[in-house]
Amino acid sequence: MTETAAVPAENHDSHEDHAHPHVVPVRTYILVFLALMFGTAITVGASYVDFGHSYLNNIVALAIAFSKAALVVLFFMHVKYSSKLTQLAVGSGFAFLVILFFFVFADYLTRGWLGTPGS
Amino acid sequence: MQTEVVTTKSEGAVPGNGLDRENYINAKHGIWSWLLTTDHKRIAILYLITITLMFFLGGAFAAGVRLELMTPKGDLVDSDAYNKLFTMHGIVMVFFFLIPSIPAVLGNFLIPIMIGAKDLAFPKINLLSWYIYMAGAAFFMVATLFGGVETGWTFYTPYSTAFSHTNVILAAVGIFISGFSSILTGLNFIVTIHKMRAPGLTWFRMPLFVWAHYATSLIQILGTPVVAVTILMVAVERLLKLGLFDPALGGDPILFQHLFWFYSHPAVYIMILPGMGVMSELITAFTRKRVFGYEFIAISSLAIAVVGFLVWGHHMFVSGQSTYAGMVFSALSFLVAIPSAVKVFNWSATLYKGSVSWESPMMYAIGFIGLFTIGGLTGLFLAAMGLDIHMHDTYFVVAHFHYIMVGGAIFAYLGGIHFWWPKITGRMYPEYWARVAAVLVFAGFNLTFFPQFVVGYLGMPRRYHAYPDEFQVLNVMSTAGASLLGIAYLIPMLYLTWSLFAGKKAPANPWGAKGLEWTIQSPPTTFNFDHQPVVTEEAYAYAESHDTSHDPAAPPAQAHA
Ligand code: HEM
Ligand SMILES: [Cu+2]
Repeated sequence: MTETAAVPAENHDSHEDHAHPHVVPVRTYILVFLALMFGTAITVGASYVDFGHSYLNNIVALAIAFSKAALVVLFFMHVKYSSKLTQLAVGSGFAFLVILFFFVFADYLTRGWLGTPGS
Repeated sequence: MQTEVVTTKSEGAVPGNGLDRENYINAKHGIWSWLLTTDHKRIAILYLITITLMFFLGGAFAAGVRLELMTPKGDLVDSDAYNKLFTMHGIVMVFFFLIPSIPAVLGNFLIPIMIGAKDLAFPKINLLSWYIYMAGAAFFMVATLFGGVETGWTFYTPYSTAFSHTNVILAAVGIFISGFSSILTGLNFIVTIHKMRAPGLTWFRMPLFVWAHYATSLIQILGTPVVAVTILMVAVERLLKLGLFDPALGGDPILFQHLFWFYSHPAVYIMILPGMGVMSELITAFTRKRVFGYEFIAISSLAIAVVGFLVWGHHMFVSGQSTYAGMVFSALSFLVAIPSAVKVFNWSATLYKGSVSWESPMMYAIGFIGLFTIGGLTGLFLAAMGLDIHMHDTYFVVAHFHYIMVGGAIFAYLGGIHFWWPKITGRMYPEYWARVAAVLVFAGFNLTFFPQFVVGYLGMPRRYHAYPDEFQVLNVMSTAGASLLGIAYLIPMLYLTWSLFAGKKAPANPWGAKGLEWTIQSPPTTFNFDHQPVVTEEAYAYAESHDTSHDPAAPPAQAHA
């Protein structure tokens, strides 16, 4: 049976949430910003280069975009300095994005492999 | 120690009926005390009223569909009107009734109480979620008044973006908005369950209802943004002619189906998982037994939430998706049936040698086990690629998902509403009428949907308002069943409303069930508990009568982490 005791009806939040937020030096922000600008520039640049196959161009563009997104999430959104639980939450969001892309490409990239039933 | 077992009953240390005392209903008065409330219990009531209205609106559209299908000729409505009827039926039932149903009503009301908290973690966000839901519903109602939509609840492109002349954008915006209400509810539940459990309430002591809602919330948070973006893309393509899905503009219509089903298959689990949570509570309460395989049921909810995200392509076997992807999705779909089956087996095993009693909530629960099993197994038929080429877009599919969504989710919802009605309102409903209604719902349901399996297998496609003469007998059966079902749903409306005024006053624990919600008065006070409860044992620690070897009040033998 569940008993009641005279514990005050407070909730047991952990106190780490109220700890002082990590202070990021302005220098870091500026460096990240410059890196993002550089990324933009090479994305534009790379679009003028023919890497042979069009999908190679896509891979290069996506790789740059991914690195930029990672910088934004880690530094601007403070995930690098957040609790493990926050990192887990952000990480699972990305994991599910990967699932979405993975299986969509499991369709697009395999359209020719096994033919179409009935034809 | 023996006497402690008795304290779950209404007498003794535990307060009983709270209607004459202060409770969450009489604590404040006036319409604004409801519309601006942050009490999770009052918000649950707001949701209860609105989704009930939506349920009957969706039911009215379904009545139109079934009436048209009574005769082979398309004589009652023309095909455009018919397309609107089934589309509006689907949209209302899925997005405005079934997705909010159990989480927003029973989950809102019970989760804080079940974990020994005063409220959800973010009470104001909880209220906001209801207003967002109402705003979404308002957009949809405007779309309805302007003539409705006829794309199907699935909004498939390129029809929805390039051809339809109906209110696609208005309806889509309504769904988009209501999605955020679902996200906020999920967020609130996750934070609450992580942060606000009573002392002693470890993860593996939580009621399975709470586990099921935790898993549901994960899907709501991870999936709903995708459908929101997808719907936005439809609107953008319609308005700005941006080539996303329309091949004429350089888009790919199958991309829409990927994005849509990435959310909408998991969304079917948003609809059924909370029902599974209700089931575990009902089955244990009316067998008076520990649930069989607690950990398996708890973990299978999470497994369903995760694996459910890997199977969406089973809706697309004949869409032009690659055969290879189809094979992968088919295999994964067979996997997702395993955790569902685990639950069914565990509930059945819980019944074994239990002291089963047949109160009306239990009748719904037993109905659920059978109907969900049929729905799940026919899902496996459809997940077999070869068979699905024959059955895709036939009435077999319609029957499959109604067995799960109506026979499963709505049965669980009705069972749960009956089970917790005394707690929510402080009143008992007339058990005799509840049993009559439960039997009629079961009969009406099967008469409506079983013939659809047959007629679908014989080749009747879904979404047409006319059909060959030889299908008429089965369709008339289905329409007759739907009429019975409609009446059967009205009966609880009547006696539940009646009970509010004239029902017998409910004790704290009318069923002799376990769980923190049964230790407080019915209806509860605004802050639920007078003292912070401390949990000292696992969920469902029913003293089994044939087992006298241990002290029922003693803590469980193994300590769970
Ligand atoms: C046991 C696991 C399940 C499997 C393997 C399964 C399999 C399938 C398959 C293969 C289809 C596509 C059929 C077709 O269009 O040709 C389908 C359709 C559908 N299923 Fe299931 N299903 C399962 C569980 C569920 C659940 C739990 C729900 C709802 C709560 C559900 C709701 C639906 C709906 C709504 C559709 C039709 C969607 C539409 O085209 O309008 N299914 N299912
Ligand atoms: Cu599915």
